[in-house]
Amino acid sequence: MTVILGQLFTGVSIGAVLLLIALGLALTFGQMNVINMAHGEFIMAGAYTTYVLQQTITDAGLSLLVALPVAFAVAGAMGVLLEWALIRRLYTRPLDTLLVTWGVSLMLQQLARDVFGAPNVQTKAPDLLTESTSLGADLSIANSRLFILGLVVLAVAALTAALKFTPLGRRIRAVVQNRDLAAVSGIPTGRVDRLTFFIGSGLAGVAGVALTLLGPIGPTMGTNIIIDAFLVVVVGGIGQLKGSVIVAFVLGMLQAMVEYLTTLSVAKVIVFVAIVAFLQWRPQGLFTLRTRSLA
Amino acid sequence: MNAVSPRVRAWVGFGLGAVVLFAAAPALLTDFRLSLLAKYLCFAIVAVGIGLAWGRGGLLTLGQGVFFGLGGYAMAMHLKLADAGEGNMPDFMELYGQLDELPAWWAPFADPVFALAATVLLPMLVAFGLGSLVFRRRVRGAYFAILSQALAAAMVILLIGQQGTTGGTNGLTDIEGFFGYDLDDPVNQRMVYFIIAGVLLALLALTRQLMHSRYGELLVAVRDSENRVRFLGYNPANVKLVAYVVAAGMAGLAGALFVPAVGIISPALIGIVPSIEFVIGVAVGGRAALLGPVLGAVAVAWAKTALSERFPGTWTYLQGAMFVLVVAFLPGGLASLWGMVKRRRETATPPAPQAEAPVLVKEAAA
Repeated sequence: MTVILGQLFTGVSIGAVLLLIALGLALTFGQMNVINMAHGEFIMAGAYTTYVLQQTITDAGLSLLVALPVAFAVAGAMGVLLEWALIRRLYTRPLDTLLVTWGVSLMLQQLARDVFGAPNVQTKAPDLLTESTSLGADLSIANSRLFILGLVVLAVAALTAALKFTPLGRRIRAVVQNRDLAAVSGIPTGRVDRLTFFIGSGLAGVAGVALTLLGPIGPTMGTNIIIDAFLVVVVGGIGQLKGSVIVAFVLGMLQAMVEYLTTLSVAKVIVFVAIVAFLQWRPQGLFTLRTRSLA
Repeated sequence: MNAVSPRVRAWVGFGLGAVVLFAAAPALLTDFRLSLLAKYLCFAIVAVGIGLAWGRGGLLTLGQGVFFGLGGYAMAMHLKLADAGEGNMPDFMELYGQLDELPAWWAPFADPVFALAATVLLPMLVAFGLGSLVFRRRVRGAYFAILSQALAAAMVILLIGQQGTTGGTNGLTDIEGFFGYDLDDPVNQRMVYFIIAGVLLALLALTRQLMHSRYGELLVAVRDSENRVRFLGYNPANVKLVAYVVAAGMAGLAGALFVPAVGIISPALIGIVPSIEFVIGVAVGGRAALLGPVLGAVAVAWAKTALSERFPGTWTYLQGAMFVLVVAFLPGGLASLWGMVKRRRETATPPAPQAEAPVLVKEAAA
């Protein structure tokens, strides 16, 4: 029983990390149909921001708290720059955004290598987060994982509230649902796009801060996680956050359970097969906006 | 009709030129440079397939490395078994796997006919499996690209995870013989090069036939307006599937030829990054042209070798910048530059009066 509970929590925590990364992607993918391969490098930027801050702020706890907003701003600014320089020219060619942003991600990785060196670096986690909380007899949970879970809950709540109740959120939803109609109604879609990109990329920065608690920071850290996060967005369905939320946790659980029964590599393959099988059932993802366009 | 159309003449001329060029290369290049060229030509074969699937069909496949790898591993497994001799196991298995006997799924690859067929059919089968599921349910565009990329990620993880039977991160190395010929011998290396060049030319001819056939037109039609094709009574899923499967077969063949040319196949050659590098070559050369992908793939691979030797850091910037600039500002690739220059020149001089007035336009206006 404790084993199952332990695996269950591992699944939840894998899901939490996935979701934190996928949130920003879901936003930009849903809004602009843009597949941002450089999202992984925005995560990396967030992680290195934490590392840099820790060089000046020696108190690990304080630097982590400062890093969250700073990383959001840094990664967000990078996102806006990317949107302004390249992506807005490519709205009619969504597949090409994928290729262009991949080129950008190559350059950013090399930049990180030149600035911080190729070897991985590590940040110091605050003492409180290196310990673990014990739940019951022989079940204990790492505090860092709990912290990330809390961060995800906060991020989802904040994003949902922003989309639901703020004027900007209403505009974003309007543009997602029907870009042309929104433009005709006087919504400055270009500016909305830029703000969406800022928020989405900023969330990647926050994810980067969270990842420093789990492992080393390196130039290629973004590449590996980003594909899993993309799968979450694809399976969840475009344009709605709840799809990403559900799918991230389900995939996390599936991964953890299969991994427990077999091995890590087999689990990855089984998860992939499960995703393809799921798309047979719902090709447009779990939740989609109803439209009159042909499937 | 004795007159040969200029188009046919151009193609015959081009074919002869290519044959002469490929035949002259061994005399002009050192053995080392020649083996590099052989390697680039393998990438060019993959690029021809991507040009068909992506350039013509609009199917952005970011996982061609998977098919390249399937072909490569099938070939390497056979060559490893042949190197080891009858009844022996490949060297690495005892080292990593501590296996007592050959795994059952390795055994059939001892047969050369099975192995050779597998290099092409195995990738096609996998492509058929994924493609028929995905295209029938109308999963497309970015979704398809991401799925094909995830397939590459899954395959690499699987190969590394099963180190005992796949060689793990190292892959299958130290391949010495090629159907009885010693690969260390420069003469045999040259033969491998000729085989690769011949396969490339044959596949180019085949692809050209395919592009100019009725099927080729359907493929472009599906890319440009899938629903209209559907309303005309065709099934777009089948059209896409053919392009995807053919591209996969070409990548598999390229992988199989890569193994004797380079002597190694490993996960690092077939993962996400190499898969995207295949696409870079195609994009730079020109995705929709026939020769664009070939020239682009060779040029990018050559530039990578030449520049990354001397400036290892700078090359990555160049590669990224090249990709950004070409895709964002020259989507037709370098192949489209020629057309642009030609159009510039035509607009600079006053256009010649047209012999026949476009009647259709008039009727439509009336």
